[in-house]
Amino acid sequence: MSSAIIEVENLTKRYGDVQALRGVSFSVQEGEVFGLLGPNGAGKTTTVEILEGLRPADGGRATVCGLDPHASGDVLKQEIGAVLQSTALPDKIRVSEALNMFASFYQRHGDTGQLLERFGLQEKRQAFYSQLSGGQKQRLALAMSLVNEPRVVFLDEPTAGLDPQVRREIYSIIEELKSNRTTVLLTTHYIEEAERLCDRVAIVDQGRVIALGSPRELKQRSAGKTRIEIRLARPEADGALGQLEAVSGCRSTDGVYVVHSTAVPRTIVALVKYLEAQGNELASLEIAAPSLEDVFLELTGRRLRD
Amino acid sequence: MRHAWTLTKVRMRLAVRNRAFLIFSLIVPLVFLFLFLGLLAHDDPAAVPYRLASVLALTVMGSFWGLSVQLVTFREQGILRRFRLAPVSAGALLASSILSNYLMTLPTIAIEIAVARWLFHMQGWGNLLGVAVLVTLGITTFAALGLIVASITNTMQETQIISQLLWWAFLVLSGATVPLPLLPGWLQNVALFLPATYLVAGFQRVLAGNAGVLELGPEMLSLAVSAALAFVVSQQLFRWEPEAKVPRRAKYWAASALIPFLLLGIWENANNRLRATSLSDYLSIQPSSQDEK
Repeated sequence: MSSAIIEVENLTKRYGDVQALRGVSFSVQEGEVFGLLGPNGAGKTTTVEILEGLRPADGGRATVCGLDPHASGDVLKQEIGAVLQSTALPDKIRVSEALNMFASFYQRHGDTGQLLERFGLQEKRQAFYSQLSGGQKQRLALAMSLVNEPRVVFLDEPTAGLDPQVRREIYSIIEELKSNRTTVLLTTHYIEEAERLCDRVAIVDQGRVIALGSPRELKQRSAGKTRIEIRLARPEADGALGQLEAVSGCRSTDGVYVVHSTAVPRTIVALVKYLEAQGNELASLEIAAPSLEDVFLELTGRRLRD
Repeated sequence: MRHAWTLTKVRMRLAVRNRAFLIFSLIVPLVFLFLFLGLLAHDDPAAVPYRLASVLALTVMGSFWGLSVQLVTFREQGILRRFRLAPVSAGALLASSILSNYLMTLPTIAIEIAVARWLFHMQGWGNLLGVAVLVTLGITTFAALGLIVASITNTMQETQIISQLLWWAFLVLSGATVPLPLLPGWLQNVALFLPATYLVAGFQRVLAGNAGVLELGPEMLSLAVSAALAFVVSQQLFRWEPEAKVPRRAKYWAASALIPFLLLGIWENANNRLRATSLSDYLSIQPSSQDEK
């Protein structure tokens, strides 16, 4: 019934005293871009490395393309591609050599010249790996991960530490993969990345999936928490603003009133009417639409990037 | 094995671009050559094959650290992890270490023989087939032993220390620098347990003694069995991840690769075959000075 290409059920993993995974479960459909979003140390990389076959799990079950990643060896490796959190290659290997070498390992492989072109590495084909910039190295890592035209691509923090320009380039590459119906499992701690690229996101914290859904669904959960930040000409009692229509809570700090609303338009109309009646005026008003950051904050009480 | 060949080609290119590797695999052996043939052979063409045997043995033993220990660096830097994602086996990576080492050492060996023949007036070529067989078996064995060292150490630093210690033992005890008959008796007994000793003696036999390949039976058998064992063991102990530590059992496994030489050492200590031929080969280069008297 299910066309899940990745299935993860109750995965656990411990490193010494650290319980890295405490029962992670999710599944990814073929052609989907799926994100694991969470802070450093949440267990994202461990999960991905188990799926890539780089580590055995302590408990639970994982399948990729219907195969057990730890036991299936080269059969699965033919079908997947991956960018590790940090890719290392010998300093003195040339870009084209690295790509051709990895291509030769696979039964099925694409045209490496075309890949170099697609990743803007054509001019650097003769350069040594050590001569590449951070962005170029990451583009090479991506090109290498696609050299076997994989069905599933794992991208572990593919844009960490890169400048915005390179990050956007990598986004467009992932969008291209998405339009080719390649399944992508992506880990990130960048909200924008998850919101922009992912069909569905699992929010991971301390070795558990604490929320799962499309970015829109996740944000709707926090819809009751849309923040309206208000400055007034004259102070009002907190309690008064808290009584306004569709307001679920209100507090003030340093003259800024933060009102949580479940229906922003109605709250604003009520607010304006109330202030008119009081002879008070708005000095400023900002509406902060809920982001995945707020969802995370709401679920864990912590910010994603502390 | 197709993957091993691809890796071999890439690793040879990397080696050629690495200055340190070129110094150790080409310059240092040539320095040995000129030292041994220039200083120790005393312009005596008859002594050249005997000294050349030492130089060839040292060159071959150099594969002990050559490209085998490079895998430690690859592991430490996380390069092996990237390979692990691809359908490449540990065996292919290990085999490429031996194969690239072999192909990169052959030119040095050829230059050494040519220099000995034409610059130092070595008479004839000795038994070239024997040399080829010993070079092939020797490099395979020593490169495979290097793989073992690489697999039982955690960091490049540890690898260097262990390699250095073994290398000095090979250098001093094998007969390559000090002829075996000149060592104290008990050290000779110890030397008979070292693979290096058999390599040096083998080269002396085929170059100075013009021995046939079949006369080197025990040496060749030990080298071949040891190489095969070392390769299998290093495959068992292979680690891809930088943080993966050496399992405790690894050291016993590693020691098993030396069993052929343990047996050969016991046998040799009992019947003194190698000590006798080694002495006669050594004496063969002495008469010229006695004749002058």
